[in-house]
Amino acid sequence: MPETWTHLYVSSRPDRGADPIGERVRRQAADFLSIDTGRVATSKVYSVSPALDAARIERAQAALGNRVSCVVGVGSPACKGFRSFISVDKRPGVTDDEGRALLTVLCDLFPSSPEIASGRATSRDVYWLEQTLSPTDLGRIAEELVGNPLVHVLRSGPADAYEDPRPRAAAATRSVIEEIVLPRDAAGLLRLSETRLLSLDQVEMEAVRDYYDREAVRASRRLRGLPGDPTDCELEAIAQTWSEHCKHKEFSALVKFVDRDRGTTVEIDSLFRTYIVAATRAVHEVLRGWGQDWLLSVFDDNAGVVRIDDDRVFVWKVETHNSPSAIDPYGGAITGILGCNRDPLGTGRGGGRLLFNTDVLCFAPPTYDRPLLRGQLAPRRVFAGVRAGIEDGGNKSGIPTVNGALVFDDRFAGKPLVFCGSGSIAPARVGDDPWWEKRIDPGDRIVVIGGRVGKDGIHGATFSSVHLDEESPRSAVQIGSPLTQKLASDFLEEAGARGWVKAATDNGAGGLSSSVGELARIPGGAEVDLERVPLKYEGIQPWEIFLSEAQERMTLAVDPAVESELLSLARDRGVEAVDIGRFTADGVLWVRHAGRTAACLDLDFLHHGTPRKRLEAEWAAPASEVPAIPDVDLEAALLGVLGGWNVCSREGVIRQYDHEVKGRTVVKPLMGRGHGPQDAGVLRLSWSDYRGIAVSNGIVPRYGDLDPYAMCACAFDEAVRGIVAVGGRLPGPDTAAPQFWSVNDNFCLPNVAHDARTNPEGRRRLGALVRMCQALYDMAVAYAVPLTSGKDSMKNDFTVGKVTISVPPTVLFSAAAGIPDVRRTVTSGFQAAGDVIYAVGETLDELGASEFFRWLGLAGGRAPRVRAERARERYRRVNDAISAGLVASCHDLSDGGLAVALVESAIGGGLGFDVALDDLGQFDQPSVPLFSETASRFVVTVPEERRRAFEVILGVDARSIGRVTGEAHVRISMGGRPCIDGPLARFETAWRGGLGGYG
Amino acid sequence: MRIVQALVIAGFGINCEDETAAAYRLAGATAHTAHLESVLRGDVRLDAFDIVHLPGGFSFGDDLGAGRVLANRIRTRLLPGGATMGDGLRAVARRGGMVIGICNGFQALVELGLVPNVGGEGAAEAALMQNVSGRYENRWVRVRADAECPARVWAGLEDWELPVRHGQGRLVFRDPGLRDEVARLHLNGLTYCDGDGRPTRAYPANPNGAELACAALCDPSGRILGVMPHPEAYLSLFNHYDWPRLRRECPERSEEGKGLMLFRNVVKAVLAA
Repeated sequence: MPETWTHLYVSSRPDRGADPIGERVRRQAADFLSIDTGRVATSKVYSVSPALDAARIERAQAALGNRVSCVVGVGSPACKGFRSFISVDKRPGVTDDEGRALLTVLCDLFPSSPEIASGRATSRDVYWLEQTLSPTDLGRIAEELVGNPLVHVLRSGPADAYEDPRPRAAAATRSVIEEIVLPRDAAGLLRLSETRLLSLDQVEMEAVRDYYDREAVRASRRLRGLPGDPTDCELEAIAQTWSEHCKHKEFSALVKFVDRDRGTTVEIDSLFRTYIVAATRAVHEVLRGWGQDWLLSVFDDNAGVVRIDDDRVFVWKVETHNSPSAIDPYGGAITGILGCNRDPLGTGRGGGRLLFNTDVLCFAPPTYDRPLLRGQLAPRRVFAGVRAGIEDGGNKSGIPTVNGALVFDDRFAGKPLVFCGSGSIAPARVGDDPWWEKRIDPGDRIVVIGGRVGKDGIHGATFSSVHLDEESPRSAVQIGSPLTQKLASDFLEEAGARGWVKAATDNGAGGLSSSVGELARIPGGAEVDLERVPLKYEGIQPWEIFLSEAQERMTLAVDPAVESELLSLARDRGVEAVDIGRFTADGVLWVRHAGRTAACLDLDFLHHGTPRKRLEAEWAAPASEVPAIPDVDLEAALLGVLGGWNVCSREGVIRQYDHEVKGRTVVKPLMGRGHGPQDAGVLRLSWSDYRGIAVSNGIVPRYGDLDPYAMCACAFDEAVRGIVAVGGRLPGPDTAAPQFWSVNDNFCLPNVAHDARTNPEGRRRLGALVRMCQALYDMAVAYAVPLTSGKDSMKNDFTVGKVTISVPPTVLFSAAAGIPDVRRTVTSGFQAAGDVIYAVGETLDELGASEFFRWLGLAGGRAPRVRAERARERYRRVNDAISAGLVASCHDLSDGGLAVALVESAIGGGLGFDVALDDLGQFDQPSVPLFSETASRFVVTVPEERRRAFEVILGVDARSIGRVTGEAHVRISMGGRPCIDGPLARFETAWRGGLGGYG
Repeated sequence: MRIVQALVIAGFGINCEDETAAAYRLAGATAHTAHLESVLRGDVRLDAFDIVHLPGGFSFGDDLGAGRVLANRIRTRLLPGGATMGDGLRAVARRGGMVIGICNGFQALVELGLVPNVGGEGAAEAALMQNVSGRYENRWVRVRADAECPARVWAGLEDWELPVRHGQGRLVFRDPGLRDEVARLHLNGLTYCDGDGRPTRAYPANPNGAELACAALCDPSGRILGVMPHPEAYLSLFNHYDWPRLRRECPERSEEGKGLMLFRNVVKAVLAA
């Protein structure tokens, strides 16, 4: 029987004023593309199959749109007064939540109608434009503002040419399990790796071939009736398990490091173990020496786990989603944030309660105007899309975004860096067992919950391990469904609380192959029947089902005794949950499809068969001269620095992220009468007491050009400093109520594998990475602050032909720490006229790669170096001063140095200041103390009556430099002469206007 | 004294149930959080409660329009007794209880026609449209309460601040006559105000462009109330965006947030009935 369809549309009522969504398209077309669209209106068109009869149409219309605000109709939407249209349909298989919502409504309206329950519905957006526009202009608006050809079918033309959609599903095909005959020669193996997008190199392909050549393997395969060579499913599973994304091959490689500065050559046996794990181990020893034992689970699971108290643990993970965000910014970012949420949810026994998100986004400035390479998206599009994806992913999940950062550098024009982090709280125990330990026994059932599987996201793990080019695969693009995940996470919490879940893990990169493959290591085997996996549509091959990274799915280990109860709760909660197999103990991952074997893999080979990489690194500090600083108008300089991309106000972005849902945010991203920026977010854990958590981020890629060690140390320091600024206490022997710390490291680098022809910079880049890792170790140990989880993203390059845009080596540290009493926390804004202003910490001539040098266009100079021992001592004193209630405000000094921090504190409080620079040290010119970015410093204000007590605690490290004034005026002098003198409003305007219309 | 029983609806993308339940508990009521499906299946009965609260969030992902799928389910799905959940909500209000919807819950109440319901027929008389800014926004706003509002829940809240977090909060009425009637009956319990405390339609003091600068709307009985901003996100002084200064200026200031007062008043209003 042919499919029949009913089309319904909902348009905004023209008499209700301008359509805000249409208005935004009109504005962006004018601003970004210089196209005059005239007025823009929007319609939603819903298509339902099988077609509805007249009575049902009537009821569906009533449910679809409120007549007060909408026009609802059947057939094609009206378009009076508009001359052009653009329609945006989802490609087959792309998540269509609105289509699904319509089915939900229809099922509620017609509960006893099987044809509706099994029916289909799709949604499309239609934009109506007042002007007649050329196909080129319409195409640009379609592709650059309202859609993305990777996920949408875009049509446009004269308004009267608009036609209702004819939805199509992907064509059904026969399921095939293919044997892949492995070529004997290296060239053939590499060709196979490339054509199948395996992203395995020659050594790895040879290791696969040699494994299948082994007599024992051949014999065992014969016994099971399997072909001698791998099946498609086996080869794909091996490739994804061995992918950089999952195996961190660079971080576990053997590295020969030639340090030209010190004249040494050393062999480093895994950067990960030598620096990151070793740092945490050393810190753990120190903590144990102090009788503190709050580190529970580090590096092993999807997220790190630390103890809050006897009943609760804190779970926290930050990771990146760079490659997908480069080609589909909205989809990449929303799946990034939702995927990151699943890390704490998929830790231990699963089902923690998500508490907050944080996002750090690195883009090229939106004004970037160099010609775009093929396949490269304009940075302003990437910014807008990523911002929107994170908005929907976070807001719709009901998770507050409490802290974050935006970093701009032209070198992020090829790949943006999209770091998403999520923290959760979980019960410390499930029955008698620790929550953070997964337990799986042979015979336990494998249950998958959440979204259905489509071809979306196939090869995500291997895809993120390669550089991008114009041919990058479309199947890697995915669109998230926050609702699906919200339902799944609520369900998981409920099921977890009943003790029904023995282990949970995320289905992220690598899909089932990764989640089941990883969990199978615990009991020592698993069997999966792929035909039970719910599909979005027919025509997906077995290997694709196993590898698909379709979103919002999690894999659980469930005791068979409680499985039926768990599945029934899932049905009730609107969550699809299916049993797809069981865990075993025979050392094998056995994957079947309708009774046929799709893969039978030796777990040991799968997880330990990866050949070790050998890499070469070298480092010599770049020759850098300290440039002479020209005489400049300091006010102009301050205005320029304040309006710079890396300093200016982020309010437009921050306001679009819910930072207060859950009602526990105590220090929000913007605080005070003037809504000034804060150094860390602070949340309360419950309404019954005042315990809390502080969260901050540290990232400064710009210093890396001068000194990667200093850059990494400064990033670590910035993360810790942010928490200290709000009142978080560094670990120490003397603490009566020790508070946990938990830091995530995220390294993002360009390709570090040296190749004389294709990557001559490789050795040096890896050398920079080694220096960064050394800094990480030194900083963590100096502060006694442990790393608990992290991620690396290598190959952040975008290549077209001979042109490559590579990101600067970047590291993000994201820190969280326990706060004993959130009422004692401190914010950054000035509080009252007359308060004494202190510069805490020594100021040195460290202007290299500073925001001031950027404004001047100066290269070279000294990057700030962290003096960790002194900084630690200082932080502990600041802790004491804050604990004693002496501090009115505290703001850390970062991008832009002292001058920027003072202005930000003034803006936050809506007050002014009068400051003299003379006591900061001997400087030739005021620009050094004004703009130097020396690490580990604060601007602190103290009420006059607490001045003495504060100075007793801080000693000479706090220099009194002036006072807060009631008049909102900025006054800075040196040697008795004013350097900067003007109304705060002038500086505030520069700072607020920096993002222009791009926020 | 009788303990007031409050039911907080959760599930399907609602996400403010925790702080809402906390609000009722702190206000002296017993708060029971139940998944919408448990109510629809009859496991949890509305007639056991004095207050039924639809919290904020993104029910059904805001797909098809904020609150619309939720409203449709409340309107159409039959409870075991044969009535709809919408009938149940009306019954709670009729017997002197209260039905409260905040943010997404307010959007659902408007879609259900439960507010303002001047005509008494339960037809949609208003809509909460996309903010004029075209953006979802989280910011604090100043609001004033109308002392003559039939919802007797505004005592002590004549002039205060609280956060908004929504993309679709622009209240529009079916026609000017209905709008005038809403004003005449004082159904707009809270209005967005400018720095001088005057009602305003100017952004950002009015964050969405609502007619009558309306931030909260009740039915003529005052027993069904929708609120666009989030009082449950201001249960504690430490939720305020300027709490460090407020505390410094008045050290003996209560650590309670003003939003909690609304819940106390709701509980009182129920006890007074």
